[in-house]
Amino acid sequence: MSISFENLEKLIDLVNNVHGFDLNGYSRASLKRRVSRIMDLFHLDFTDIKDNLVNTPGFFNMFLIEVTVNVTEMFRDPTFFIALREEVLPYLATFPYIKVWSAGCSTGEEVYSLVIVLKKQGLYDRSFIYGTDINHNVLEKAKQGIIDLKKMKEYSDNYMQTQADDSFSEYYTARYDAATIHHDLRKNVLFSIHNLVSDGVFNEFQLITCRNVLIYFNPPLQQHVLTLLYESLALFGFLCLGARETLRSDKLKDKFRLVNKKQNIYQKIA
Amino acid sequence: MRKIDQQIRGKLHGIELLLLACSAGGFKVLFDILKALPGNLAIGVLVIIHRNAKYETNIEVSMTAKCDIPIKVAEEKELIKPPMVYFAPPGYHLLVEPDHSISLDISEPVNFCRPSIDVTMQSVADVYGPSTIAILLSGANQDGAQGMTAIQQAGGVCIVQDPECAEIKTMPEAAIALGAVDIILTNEELVTFCKELNKHILTRN
Ligand SMILES: C[S@@+](CC[C@H](N)C(=O)[O-])C[C@H]1O[C@@H](n2cnc3c(N)ncnc32)[C@H](O)[C@@H]1O
Repeated sequence: MSISFENLEKLIDLVNNVHGFDLNGYSRASLKRRVSRIMDLFHLDFTDIKDNLVNTPGFFNMFLIEVTVNVTEMFRDPTFFIALREEVLPYLATFPYIKVWSAGCSTGEEVYSLVIVLKKQGLYDRSFIYGTDINHNVLEKAKQGIIDLKKMKEYSDNYMQTQADDSFSEYYTARYDAATIHHDLRKNVLFSIHNLVSDGVFNEFQLITCRNVLIYFNPPLQQHVLTLLYESLALFGFLCLGARETLRSDKLKDKFRLVNKKQNIYQKIA
Repeated sequence: MRKIDQQIRGKLHGIELLLLACSAGGFKVLFDILKALPGNLAIGVLVIIHRNAKYETNIEVSMTAKCDIPIKVAEEKELIKPPMVYFAPPGYHLLVEPDHSISLDISEPVNFCRPSIDVTMQSVADVYGPSTIAILLSGANQDGAQGMTAIQQAGGVCIVQDPECAEIKTMPEAAIALGAVDIILTNEELVTFCKELNKHILTRN
């Protein structure tokens, strides 16, 4: 089953009116694919989806999880973590404390990857990492710090590719088919709800990562979010985007120095 | 199976997008096709190939030097504008927005593939509908068969490499088995077709 672009617009309006959630700036191509998937998965047609969104408690929450893409990895793009270690952390090491924001952190894999890199560089004790997302469920999962052991094997590969000199298994305890991230790695971490579309600045950060989130937004919403991230950064703080995401707008480009072009790492200079 | 006859010619007029897809064993013929495309091609071209995201492969760069038509890796929210060939970057699905800009998507691989040919074909069928031509080449899995069906249902033109010419037939054969094909062309016919593509698109029959 598949939803038409026209009906998709109706659904976006309905979600906004009934649940106050604004999907207007989201990629239509991705939303169309995800909503069509919900229709297939639960055998619903367009009318059923509308009915459920209005009348079934809990349906909107499920809908939101399914229409957003939560796929993540630990040490996704290993070369990014090498650049972070070699080009960003030496600079941050000169700061008395390091506040980090992982915006759109999904189930937390990126947050724990950042923690491990900070720890290896001896910076974790003066760091605090905020992981935020719109989804209550992914954040609950992030807080638990429990990851499927099969996936950890893949992440271990990624970790090796960051040219780390220790073993990934030092950071978790394996039990049956699940890995639990060590408690120590969770103590300077806070996960909470924050909507990049509608919420504002909530702290001042030395490092912000917002990776593979902007690809789901249209250019005007991307600009809105990038401005929010800019305003949330301390002067000389760093902004890290995903492997295929860039600043784009000239207005913002003047306020940042490009630190690593391949990894899309920027430093706020004005 | 039909070759390029009068009815196909009629459908080719007014085409707006060419989608090329291949996997294992298809790079050589893909390269020949790209070399055959004219430098002033009137429509945009998307290319979906399967390659390992973890290893940097610069097929685009090595091809650019030898082709008339310009080639690049697709950037997210970039408008599809002829003449240009856009390769899907490894590790992302490529989707097309209603305004003909490109979106990248990092959702789950589909049948172990990301980029998935099926995903892009479905998206192109949604947006370009009957103004699409898709060419499916050699490959060792069945990616593309569902997508070709979507393009066919949307009224686009589906071309499959003759399995007898394909290094690995699984992919073209899967599309043929679903009936998601208008014409089957040999490698030489594919090259000739692409050389003359402007003529096919621009002249009314
Ligand atoms: C593909 S994941 C990226 C996870 C991680 N940053 C990575 O690169 O591996 C995208 C995340 O963005 C979140 N997201 C989508 N819209 C959002 C919004 N308006 N505000 C905050 N997060 C959002 C989704 O819930 C999802 O968890």
